[in-house]
Amino acid sequence: MSATETTPVKTSSVLAVLRQPLLIAIVLIGVLLAFGEALSPGFASGEQILRLLVVASLLGLVAAGQNLVILAGREGIDLSVGGIVSLSAIVAGNVMSGQDASIPLAILACVATGALFGFLNGVGVTVMRIPPLVMTLGMLGVLQGLLVVIRQGIPSGKAAPALADFVAKPFLFGLPGTIWLWVAVGLFMAFLLRRTVFGQRVYAIGSNEHAAFMAGVPVKRMRVAVFTFSGIFAAIAGLCLLGYSGSSFSNVGEQYMVPSIIAVVFGGTPLAGGKGGYTGTMAGAVLLTILQSILTTVNIDESGRQMIYGATLLVLMLFYGRGRRMRG
Amino acid sequence: MTAVAATRPPGRLKRVFERYPFLPAFCIFIVLLALNGVFSPASLSARGLTGLLSTYLALMLLAIGQTFVVYASDIDFSNGAILSLVNVVIIVFMEQMGGSGLSVTAALAVGIGVGLACGLVNGIVVAALRLQAVVATFATSIFFTGLALYVLPVAGTPAPRLFWRTYGGRFFEVPFVVFAALGIALIVYLLVRTRLVTRLLAVGDDAQAAYQSGLPVTLIRIGGYALSGVFAALAAFCVTGDTASGDPLVGAKMTLFGVAAVVLGGTALSGGFGTVVGSALGAFIIGLINALVYFVGTPSQWQNLVQGLVILIALMLGIMVSRRARA
Repeated sequence: MSATETTPVKTSSVLAVLRQPLLIAIVLIGVLLAFGEALSPGFASGEQILRLLVVASLLGLVAAGQNLVILAGREGIDLSVGGIVSLSAIVAGNVMSGQDASIPLAILACVATGALFGFLNGVGVTVMRIPPLVMTLGMLGVLQGLLVVIRQGIPSGKAAPALADFVAKPFLFGLPGTIWLWVAVGLFMAFLLRRTVFGQRVYAIGSNEHAAFMAGVPVKRMRVAVFTFSGIFAAIAGLCLLGYSGSSFSNVGEQYMVPSIIAVVFGGTPLAGGKGGYTGTMAGAVLLTILQSILTTVNIDESGRQMIYGATLLVLMLFYGRGRRMRG
Repeated sequence: MTAVAATRPPGRLKRVFERYPFLPAFCIFIVLLALNGVFSPASLSARGLTGLLSTYLALMLLAIGQTFVVYASDIDFSNGAILSLVNVVIIVFMEQMGGSGLSVTAALAVGIGVGLACGLVNGIVVAALRLQAVVATFATSIFFTGLALYVLPVAGTPAPRLFWRTYGGRFFEVPFVVFAALGIALIVYLLVRTRLVTRLLAVGDDAQAAYQSGLPVTLIRIGGYALSGVFAALAAFCVTGDTASGDPLVGAKMTLFGVAAVVLGGTALSGGFGTVVGSALGAFIIGLINALVYFVGTPSQWQNLVQGLVILIALMLGIMVSRRARA
């Protein structure tokens, strides 16, 4: 977070506080909740908020990996997360096929799938020096092809009852397991980024790769690691999504690619990387989910919904890390 | 890059490559063309090539438009949505005007106008409001898709007979798409010699230096997005001619293939370097890969996977070869 203060904004301290992305996101969340409650009473009820948080946690899990990849800089971006979510959901669904006893094996298979494709992305980006956007774009094509192959061969798979309960039913202190999982991931990310050498190195290669390399940071290994993390987080999201929807159908993950990137940006991590963190991204994921939920509550056409969604995203982006004005 | 060039005398290959950065793409293109000929001789007939051209002309135009944006080191993830919007706008317009020759001409003008307007919106949002190009154009693409759904909620309204008969027809024994391709080639030939395109490259090479030497960087970047919007409109005309109907989501899947075509063509996503010819070749490389996968007899459910793998390999090869040739 300390890196955010270095931006040369000579304004009053009140304005400086208001420019904190996390604060902006929290204020916007409050505003949107109030707005939703005004539109349809009961929108901001406890039960409803819990449901929103479950949906947000799925996006938040995908965004955790996306966040690491973007933080590590050099135009880091992962366009393949949606494909990995879909594929891992199908793999997990087929391995467990509705049996509680197969859950551990399914988790293993699913996480291994995510890790494999994330690792391949990382190898392409480092060893072959393919720009992340191109590498993950190409990987997305491969994953979509794999989905077609798997879907046509075997039935698409079914969630085990225990998994479905964990995801959506109260698990501990009345909160569903997914929310606990998300909280755990949030703590893990905070610890990883602030308290470990790994985290310091992510920021280091994100803000100045060359300097980090000169200082002895294993840049390539780091980059492979963040992409592998991204694959693993996407796979965990795929697993939860399987539990949430009961069965895995082909392109369930597609809807996560764009929002996962926008959640990171709304959380205050610029796409250039090097600064920001996951706490903001979590708020960004909640913000996006509430916005989408309001739009489904309101009784308007799909067309109007999309227009308002796109326009609102643009307006919200005005609050966040705009590029610097050119100076002579 | 310059430091490397100064210490080492440029080899012959490097000189050739600097002059023609699309050479790797050209080689891949020729190889694929030959392979297509081996597995399906009919695909190299005039008829087969015309079919390829009429299907992939739209992707080619989308990729060409994207190239100008990428020149300035920006990116346009909304040009597929612009394509969809223009497609449904002209379809609905022509249907309401009765499908006469005059209404078709007017529809083309309206289509160009819509594409230009969308491009300007992108440019203003990214360059003037200084939002990050990737996410800002994702957001505008959602907005444009909403507009397209408003104009035509479900796919299906047919194009007037005159429209698709012209696109699929022949003049003096030569298919219309050949004339269209030649026309586009002429436009692009003239366009890349304009001040705007040179300045886009200058901005992409070093925006700060361009600004300090007095270039209106913001306006130039807006110009790049405007070009992308107009080329997306041209691409929409081709899609409309090819499919003969309106579909509010027709371009959604094309955006990323357009970006892939630009990269295949040897243009650097970091900006300041590339060619339009390369992007056009890149679009046809994607088309030839799709055709080849079909011609070698891949079982239908494996086709997407094999296409995806071959495109990924082609992207890697292209990038690695061009880096080696330039170093």
